[in-house]
Amino acid sequence: MSTQFRNDKPIFVQVRERIEDQIVNDQLKEGDQAPSTNQLVQFYKINHATISKGVTQLVDEGILFKKRGVGMFVAEGAKQKLVQKRKQAFMDNYVVGLVQEAEKLHITEEEIIDLIQKAKKGDKA
Amino acid sequence: MSYGIEVKDLRVRYKDFTAIDSTTFQLKPGKIHGLLGRNGAGKTTLLSVLAAFRKADAGSIKIDGEDPFENPRIMQDTIFIYDQHQDLEYLYEKIDKTLKETAALRPNFDEAYALHLAKKFKLPLNKKLNQLSKGKKSAFQAIIGLAARAPLTIFDEAYLGMDAPTRDIFYKEILNDQEKNPRTIIFSTHLVSETAYLFDEVLMIHNGEVLLQDTNEQVISKGFSITGSSEQVDDFTKNLDVLNSQVLGGTKSVMVYGELTEQQRHAANQAGLEIGALSLHDLFVHLTKEEEE
Repeated sequence: MSTQFRNDKPIFVQVRERIEDQIVNDQLKEGDQAPSTNQLVQFYKINHATISKGVTQLVDEGILFKKRGVGMFVAEGAKQKLVQKRKQAFMDNYVVGLVQEAEKLHITEEEIIDLIQKAKKGDKA
Repeated sequence: MSYGIEVKDLRVRYKDFTAIDSTTFQLKPGKIHGLLGRNGAGKTTLLSVLAAFRKADAGSIKIDGEDPFENPRIMQDTIFIYDQHQDLEYLYEKIDKTLKETAALRPNFDEAYALHLAKKFKLPLNKKLNQLSKGKKSAFQAIIGLAARAPLTIFDEAYLGMDAPTRDIFYKEILNDQEKNPRTIIFSTHLVSETAYLFDEVLMIHNGEVLLQDTNEQVISKGFSITGSSEQVDDFTKNLDVLNSQVLGGTKSVMVYGELTEQQRHAANQAGLEIGALSLHDLFVHLTKEEEE
Protein backbone atom coordinates (compact mmCIF):
# COMPACT_ATOMS: atom_id res chain seq x y z
CA MET A 1 0.00 0.00 0.00
CA SER A 2 1.37 3.36 -0.99
CA THR A 3 1.53 6.28 1.42
CA GLN A 4 1.63 8.74 -1.46
CA PHE A 5 -1.44 10.64 -2.54
CA ARG A 6 -2.38 11.88 -5.93
CA ASN A 7 -2.90 15.51 -6.73
CA ASP A 8 -6.13 15.28 -8.68
CA LYS A 9 -8.50 14.28 -5.86
CA PRO A 10 -9.08 15.64 -2.37
CA ILE A 11 -6.91 13.73 0.08
CA PHE A 12 -9.77 12.87 2.45
CA VAL A 13 -11.49 11.07 -0.44
CA GLN A 14 -8.33 9.10 -1.11
CA VAL A 15 -7.97 8.22 2.57
CA ARG A 16 -11.50 6.92 2.60
CA GLU A 17 -10.93 4.93 -0.59
CA ARG A 18 -7.85 3.29 0.92
CA ILE A 19 -9.93 2.08 3.86
CA GLU A 20 -12.65 0.92 1.47
CA ASP A 21 -10.02 -1.00 -0.52
CA GLN A 22 -8.90 -2.78 2.61
CA ILE A 23 -12.47 -3.83 3.33
CA VAL A 24 -13.19 -4.93 -0.24
CA ASN A 25 -10.09 -7.11 -0.45
CA ASP A 26 -10.61 -8.60 3.02
CA GLN A 27 -7.60 -7.04 4.69
CA LEU A 28 -10.17 -5.61 7.08
CA LYS A 29 -13.01 -8.02 7.78
CA GLU A 30 -16.44 -7.21 9.13
CA GLY A 31 -16.28 -6.88 12.90
CA ASP A 32 -12.54 -6.11 12.79
CA GLN A 33 -11.23 -3.04 14.50
CA ALA A 34 -10.38 -0.38 11.93
CA PRO A 35 -7.22 1.71 12.35
CA SER A 36 -7.72 4.68 14.66
CA THR A 37 -7.57 8.24 13.35
CA ASN A 38 -4.28 8.66 15.17
CA GLN A 39 -2.79 5.57 13.53
CA LEU A 40 -3.89 6.85 10.14
CA VAL A 41 -2.37 10.28 10.83
CA GLN A 42 0.96 8.65 11.63
CA PHE A 43 0.86 6.21 8.75
CA TYR A 44 -0.05 8.65 6.02
CA LYS A 45 1.49 11.75 7.65
CA ILE A 46 -1.68 13.68 6.92
CA ASN A 47 -3.21 16.03 9.46
CA HIS A 48 -5.96 14.99 11.82
CA ALA A 49 -8.80 17.03 10.31
CA THR A 50 -8.31 15.57 6.84
CA ILE A 51 -8.19 11.99 8.10
CA SER A 52 -11.26 12.57 10.29
CA LYS A 53 -13.21 13.88 7.34
CA GLY A 54 -12.65 10.66 5.37
CA VAL A 55 -13.37 8.44 8.35
CA THR A 56 -16.51 10.37 9.30
CA GLN A 57 -17.95 9.78 5.84
CA LEU A 58 -17.47 6.05 6.26
CA VAL A 59 -19.19 6.21 9.65
CA ASP A 60 -22.08 8.22 8.17
CA GLU A 61 -22.56 5.65 5.46
CA GLY A 62 -22.58 2.80 7.93
CA ILE A 63 -19.34 1.24 6.68
CA LEU A 64 -17.59 1.82 9.98
CA PHE A 65 -19.15 2.24 13.40
CA LYS A 66 -17.81 3.72 16.62
CA LYS A 67 -17.75 1.94 19.93
CA ARG A 68 -17.33 4.56 22.59
CA GLY A 69 -13.99 4.42 24.26
CA VAL A 70 -12.88 1.39 22.26
CA GLY A 71 -12.49 2.55 18.69
CA MET A 72 -13.84 2.06 15.23
CA PHE A 73 -15.03 -1.20 13.71
CA VAL A 74 -16.03 -2.49 10.31
CA ALA A 75 -19.82 -2.81 10.20
CA GLU A 76 -21.80 -5.90 9.30
CA GLY A 77 -22.58 -5.85 5.56
CA ALA A 78 -19.91 -3.21 4.87
CA LYS A 79 -18.20 -5.21 2.16
CA GLN A 80 -21.48 -5.95 0.37
CA LYS A 81 -22.37 -2.24 0.40
CA LEU A 82 -18.99 -1.22 -0.96
CA VAL A 83 -18.98 -3.84 -3.69
CA GLN A 84 -22.45 -2.66 -4.74
CA LYS A 85 -21.30 0.94 -4.85
CA ARG A 86 -18.17 0.08 -6.79
CA LYS A 87 -20.10 -1.94 -9.35
CA GLN A 88 -22.06 1.18 -10.15
CA ALA A 89 -18.85 3.19 -10.40
CA PHE A 90 -17.31 0.47 -12.58
CA MET A 91 -19.69 1.40 -15.35
CA ASP A 92 -18.77 5.07 -15.29
CA ASN A 93 -15.08 4.70 -14.57
CA TYR A 94 -14.18 1.83 -16.85
CA VAL A 95 -16.90 0.61 -19.18
CA VAL A 96 -17.93 3.95 -20.66
CA GLY A 97 -14.35 4.85 -21.52
CA LEU A 98 -13.68 1.38 -22.89
CA VAL A 99 -16.67 1.54 -25.22
CA GLN A 100 -15.80 5.06 -26.39
CA GLU A 101 -12.20 4.13 -27.14
CA ALA A 102 -13.27 0.90 -28.85
CA GLU A 103 -15.63 2.83 -31.10
CA LYS A 104 -12.85 5.20 -32.05
CA LEU A 105 -10.68 2.26 -33.04
CA HIS A 106 -13.56 0.36 -34.70
CA ILE A 107 -13.21 -2.59 -32.36
CA THR A 108 -16.32 -4.79 -32.42
CA GLU A 109 -18.08 -6.21 -29.36
CA GLU A 110 -16.83 -9.69 -30.21
CA GLU A 111 -13.29 -8.39 -30.40
CA ILE A 112 -13.70 -6.69 -27.01
CA ILE A 113 -14.88 -9.94 -25.43
CA ASP A 114 -11.98 -11.72 -27.06
CA LEU A 115 -9.57 -9.13 -25.65
CA ILE A 116 -11.09 -9.47 -22.17
CA GLN A 117 -10.59 -13.22 -22.27
CA LYS A 118 -7.00 -12.76 -23.42
CA ALA A 119 -6.36 -10.26 -20.63
CA LYS A 120 -7.73 -12.73 -18.09
CA LYS A 121 -5.33 -15.42 -19.33
CA GLY A 122 -2.57 -12.92 -18.92
CA ASP A 123 -1.27 -12.64 -22.46
CA LYS A 124 -1.06 -9.38 -24.30
CA ALA A 125 -3.09 -8.74 -27.41
CA MET B 1 -6.72 20.22 30.92
CA SER B 2 -5.81 22.70 28.23
CA TYR B 3 -5.64 26.47 28.13
CA GLY B 4 -6.89 28.85 25.48
CA ILE B 5 -4.88 31.93 24.62
CA GLU B 6 -5.94 35.46 23.67
CA VAL B 7 -3.35 37.91 22.44
CA LYS B 8 -4.34 41.48 21.73
CA ASP B 9 -2.29 44.29 20.16
CA LEU B 10 0.88 42.71 21.49
CA ARG B 11 4.13 44.58 21.01
CA VAL B 12 7.63 43.56 22.06
CA ARG B 13 10.65 45.76 21.42
CA TYR B 14 14.38 45.29 21.86
CA LYS B 15 15.74 48.83 22.12
CA ASP B 16 14.73 50.33 18.75
CA PHE B 17 13.94 46.99 17.08
CA THR B 18 10.28 45.97 17.13
CA ALA B 19 10.24 42.16 17.27
CA ILE B 20 6.48 41.76 17.61
CA ASP B 21 4.31 44.49 16.18
CA SER B 22 0.72 45.02 17.39
CA THR B 23 -0.21 41.40 16.96
CA THR B 24 -3.64 39.99 17.68
CA PHE B 25 -4.67 36.33 17.57
CA GLN B 26 -6.33 33.59 19.56
CA LEU B 27 -5.29 29.98 20.07
CA LYS B 28 -7.94 27.37 20.73
CA PRO B 29 -7.46 25.06 23.69
CA GLY B 30 -6.67 21.38 23.16
CA LYS B 31 -5.15 21.80 19.72
CA ILE B 32 -1.68 21.42 18.26
CA HIS B 33 -0.77 24.81 16.82
CA GLY B 34 2.05 25.06 14.31
CA LEU B 35 3.86 28.38 14.69
CA LEU B 36 5.66 28.94 11.41
CA GLY B 37 8.07 31.72 10.67
CA ARG B 38 11.47 32.28 9.15
CA ASN B 39 14.65 32.98 11.06
CA GLY B 40 14.12 36.20 12.95
CA ALA B 41 10.38 36.34 12.30
CA GLY B 42 9.72 36.68 16.02
CA LYS B 43 8.78 33.10 16.96
CA THR B 44 10.95 32.80 20.03
CA THR B 45 10.14 36.33 21.19
CA LEU B 46 6.43 35.64 20.90
CA LEU B 47 6.74 32.33 22.72
CA SER B 48 8.83 33.75 25.53
CA VAL B 49 6.14 36.35 26.21
CA LEU B 50 3.44 33.66 26.19
CA ALA B 51 5.53 31.63 28.62
CA ALA B 52 5.89 34.70 30.87
CA PHE B 53 9.67 34.74 30.45
CA ARG B 54 9.48 38.40 29.57
CA LYS B 55 6.97 41.22 29.72
CA ALA B 56 5.20 42.67 26.73
CA ASP B 57 5.80 46.34 25.92
CA ALA B 58 2.19 46.91 24.93
CA GLY B 59 -1.01 44.95 24.48
CA SER B 60 -2.41 42.09 26.50
CA ILE B 61 -2.10 38.33 26.83
CA LYS B 62 -4.72 36.16 28.47
CA ILE B 63 -4.02 32.51 29.11
CA ASP B 64 -7.01 30.66 30.52
CA GLY B 65 -8.43 34.13 31.13
CA GLU B 66 -5.47 35.54 33.09
CA ASP B 67 -2.33 37.54 32.40
CA PRO B 68 0.49 34.97 32.64
CA PHE B 69 3.20 37.40 33.78
CA GLU B 70 4.22 36.62 37.39
CA ASN B 71 1.09 34.52 37.67
CA PRO B 72 1.96 31.40 39.69
CA ARG B 73 -1.01 29.31 38.53
CA ILE B 74 -0.45 29.90 34.82
CA MET B 75 3.33 29.67 35.03
CA GLN B 76 3.17 26.36 36.85
CA ASP B 77 0.88 25.04 34.14
CA THR B 78 3.05 26.26 31.26
CA ILE B 79 6.11 24.47 29.99
CA PHE B 80 8.42 26.18 27.54
CA ILE B 81 10.96 23.97 25.80
CA TYR B 82 13.59 25.99 23.95
CA ASP B 83 17.28 25.68 23.17
CA GLN B 84 18.85 25.33 26.63
CA HIS B 85 21.95 23.51 25.49
CA GLN B 86 24.29 26.12 26.91
CA ASP B 87 22.66 25.89 30.34
CA LEU B 88 22.74 22.10 30.20
CA GLU B 89 26.52 22.29 29.71
CA TYR B 90 26.78 23.30 33.35
CA LEU B 91 24.42 20.72 34.81
CA TYR B 92 26.36 17.90 36.39
CA GLU B 93 23.26 16.19 37.75
CA LYS B 94 22.42 12.70 36.56
CA ILE B 95 19.44 12.31 34.28
CA ASP B 96 17.27 10.10 36.49
CA LYS B 97 17.77 12.49 39.40
CA THR B 98 16.87 15.50 37.26
CA LEU B 99 13.70 13.80 36.09
CA LYS B 100 12.74 13.14 39.71
CA GLU B 101 13.35 16.75 40.68
CA THR B 102 11.32 17.99 37.73
CA ALA B 103 8.49 15.66 38.73
CA ALA B 104 8.39 17.30 42.15
CA LEU B 105 8.00 20.77 40.62
CA ARG B 106 5.44 19.99 37.94
CA PRO B 107 1.92 19.11 39.10
CA ASN B 108 0.99 16.87 36.15
CA PHE B 109 4.42 15.34 35.54
CA ASP B 110 4.22 11.62 34.80
CA GLU B 111 7.52 10.11 35.88
CA ALA B 112 6.73 6.64 34.58
CA TYR B 113 6.00 8.10 31.16
CA ALA B 114 9.26 10.10 31.31
CA LEU B 115 11.20 6.89 31.99
CA HIS B 116 9.37 5.13 29.18
CA LEU B 117 10.36 7.98 26.86
CA ALA B 118 13.96 7.90 28.06
CA LYS B 119 14.08 4.28 26.94
CA LYS B 120 12.56 5.15 23.57
CA PHE B 121 15.03 7.97 23.01
CA LYS B 122 17.85 5.71 24.29
CA LEU B 123 18.82 8.23 26.95
CA PRO B 124 21.34 6.80 29.45
CA LEU B 125 19.74 7.54 32.84
CA ASN B 126 22.97 7.30 34.83
CA LYS B 127 24.83 9.81 32.68
CA LYS B 128 25.22 13.43 33.60
CA LEU B 129 23.40 16.03 31.54
CA ASN B 130 26.54 17.88 30.44
CA GLN B 131 27.90 14.65 28.95
CA LEU B 132 25.05 14.25 26.50
CA SER B 133 25.39 14.93 22.79
CA LYS B 134 23.43 17.76 21.20
CA GLY B 135 20.70 15.46 19.92
CA LYS B 136 20.38 13.67 23.26
CA LYS B 137 20.16 17.00 25.10
CA SER B 138 17.22 17.91 22.86
CA ALA B 139 15.68 14.49 23.48
CA PHE B 140 16.01 15.10 27.21
CA GLN B 141 14.20 18.41 26.88
CA ALA B 142 11.52 16.87 24.70
CA ILE B 143 10.92 14.27 27.41
CA ILE B 144 10.43 16.99 30.01
CA GLY B 145 8.06 18.81 27.68
CA LEU B 146 5.96 15.74 26.98
CA ALA B 147 5.91 14.19 30.45
CA ALA B 148 5.06 17.52 32.13
CA ARG B 149 1.61 17.27 30.48
CA ALA B 150 1.25 21.00 31.04
CA PRO B 151 -2.07 22.56 29.93
CA LEU B 152 0.07 24.91 27.83
CA THR B 153 3.04 23.13 26.28
CA ILE B 154 5.42 25.10 24.06
CA PHE B 155 8.07 23.48 21.90
CA ASP B 156 10.30 26.10 20.32
CA GLU B 157 12.26 24.32 17.59
CA ALA B 158 12.70 21.60 20.17
CA TYR B 159 14.01 19.09 17.62
CA LEU B 160 17.31 20.95 17.03
CA GLY B 161 20.18 18.48 16.86
CA MET B 162 17.96 15.40 16.79
CA ASP B 163 18.62 13.05 13.90
CA ALA B 164 15.77 12.06 11.58
CA PRO B 165 14.76 8.81 13.34
CA THR B 166 14.77 10.61 16.71
CA ARG B 167 12.60 13.41 15.35
CA ASP B 168 10.22 10.78 14.08
CA ILE B 169 9.90 9.26 17.57
CA PHE B 170 9.33 12.75 18.97
CA TYR B 171 6.50 13.51 16.51
CA LYS B 172 4.89 10.14 17.14
CA GLU B 173 4.93 10.68 20.88
CA ILE B 174 3.38 14.13 20.53
CA LEU B 175 0.45 12.64 18.61
CA ASN B 176 0.07 9.60 20.86
CA ASP B 177 0.22 11.47 24.13
CA GLN B 178 -1.94 14.30 22.84
CA GLU B 179 -4.65 11.77 22.03
CA LYS B 180 -4.66 10.45 25.60
CA ASN B 181 -3.93 13.70 27.41
CA PRO B 182 -5.09 16.64 25.33
CA ARG B 183 -3.47 19.99 26.07
CA THR B 184 -2.68 23.14 24.14
CA ILE B 185 0.54 22.64 22.25
CA ILE B 186 2.42 25.32 20.36
CA PHE B 187 5.11 23.87 18.12
CA SER B 188 7.34 26.39 16.42
CA THR B 189 9.32 25.30 13.41
CA HIS B 190 10.70 26.16 10.04
CA LEU B 191 11.03 22.47 9.11
CA VAL B 192 7.54 22.59 7.72
CA SER B 193 7.60 19.69 5.30
CA GLU B 194 8.21 17.04 7.94
CA THR B 195 5.98 18.43 10.69
CA ALA B 196 2.97 19.73 8.75
CA TYR B 197 0.81 16.69 9.47
CA LEU B 198 1.05 17.27 13.22
CA PHE B 199 -0.79 20.56 13.21
CA ASP B 200 -4.49 21.13 13.79
CA GLU B 201 -4.04 24.85 13.34
CA VAL B 202 -1.42 27.01 11.72
CA LEU B 203 -0.18 30.45 12.77
CA MET B 204 2.27 31.94 10.31
CA ILE B 205 4.24 35.02 11.33
CA HIS B 206 6.52 37.22 9.30
CA ASN B 207 8.57 40.23 10.44
CA GLY B 208 6.78 40.28 13.78
CA GLU B 209 3.28 40.25 12.32
CA VAL B 210 0.66 37.57 11.80
CA LEU B 211 0.64 36.56 8.14
CA LEU B 212 -2.18 34.06 8.40
CA GLN B 213 -3.98 31.88 10.89
CA ASP B 214 -6.43 29.11 10.19
CA THR B 215 -6.95 25.38 10.48
CA ASN B 216 -4.28 23.37 8.70
CA GLU B 217 -6.85 22.12 6.21
CA GLN B 218 -8.12 25.60 5.39
CA VAL B 219 -4.61 26.95 4.88
CA ILE B 220 -3.70 24.16 2.46
CA SER B 221 -6.98 24.50 0.60
CA LYS B 222 -6.03 28.08 -0.28
CA GLY B 223 -3.10 27.15 -2.46
CA PHE B 224 -2.80 25.29 -5.71
CA SER B 225 -0.57 24.84 -8.68
CA ILE B 226 -1.47 25.33 -12.33
CA THR B 227 0.57 23.65 -15.04
CA GLY B 228 0.22 23.85 -18.81
CA SER B 229 1.37 25.77 -21.84
CA SER B 230 2.87 29.15 -20.92
CA GLU B 231 0.25 31.19 -22.79
CA GLN B 232 -2.70 29.42 -21.29
CA VAL B 233 -1.28 29.48 -17.79
CA ASP B 234 -0.60 33.22 -18.10
CA ASP B 235 -4.08 33.80 -19.42
CA PHE B 236 -5.71 31.79 -16.65
CA THR B 237 -3.70 33.34 -13.81
CA LYS B 238 -3.66 36.99 -14.90
CA ASN B 239 -6.11 38.00 -12.15
CA LEU B 240 -4.86 35.56 -9.54
CA ASP B 241 -2.31 35.93 -6.76
CA VAL B 242 0.72 34.16 -8.21
CA LEU B 243 3.34 33.18 -5.62
CA ASN B 244 5.92 31.60 -7.82
CA SER B 245 6.37 30.42 -11.37
CA GLN B 246 8.70 28.07 -13.19
CA VAL B 247 9.16 27.55 -16.90
CA LEU B 248 10.48 24.48 -18.65
CA GLY B 249 10.43 24.72 -22.43
CA GLY B 250 6.91 25.74 -23.38
CA THR B 251 5.45 24.49 -20.12
CA LYS B 252 4.79 26.78 -17.21
CA SER B 253 3.92 25.84 -13.66
CA VAL B 254 2.72 28.49 -11.22
CA MET B 255 1.75 28.46 -7.58
CA VAL B 256 -1.35 30.45 -6.80
CA TYR B 257 -2.70 31.64 -3.47
CA GLY B 258 -6.47 31.85 -3.12
CA GLU B 259 -9.50 29.67 -3.68
CA LEU B 260 -10.76 28.47 -7.05
CA THR B 261 -14.45 28.51 -7.87
CA GLU B 262 -16.08 25.52 -9.56
CA GLN B 263 -16.29 27.53 -12.79
CA GLN B 264 -12.60 28.35 -12.67
CA ARG B 265 -11.76 24.71 -12.12
CA HIS B 266 -13.94 23.76 -15.01
CA ALA B 267 -12.37 26.41 -17.25
CA ALA B 268 -8.90 25.18 -16.32
CA ASN B 269 -9.84 21.61 -17.20
CA GLN B 270 -11.32 22.76 -20.49
CA ALA B 271 -8.10 24.56 -21.34
CA GLY B 272 -6.13 21.41 -20.59
CA LEU B 273 -4.47 22.90 -17.53
CA GLU B 274 -3.46 20.65 -14.70
CA ILE B 275 -4.51 21.73 -11.20
CA GLY B 276 -2.53 20.40 -8.28
CA ALA B 277 -2.44 20.93 -4.55
CA LEU B 278 0.22 22.86 -2.66
CA SER B 279 1.77 21.68 0.56
CA LEU B 280 2.04 23.76 3.71
CA HIS B 281 5.78 23.81 2.99
CA ASP B 282 5.25 25.39 -0.46
CA LEU B 283 2.91 27.99 0.98
CA PHE B 284 5.28 28.81 3.81
CA VAL B 285 8.30 29.22 1.54
CA HIS B 286 6.55 31.44 -0.97
CA LEU B 287 4.33 33.48 1.34
CA THR B 288 7.34 34.50 3.43
CA LYS B 289 9.60 35.24 0.49
CA GLU B 290 11.25 38.66 0.51
CA GLU B 291 11.32 40.80 -2.60
CA GLU B 292 15.02 40.57 -3.37
CA GLU B 293 15.22 36.74 -3.13
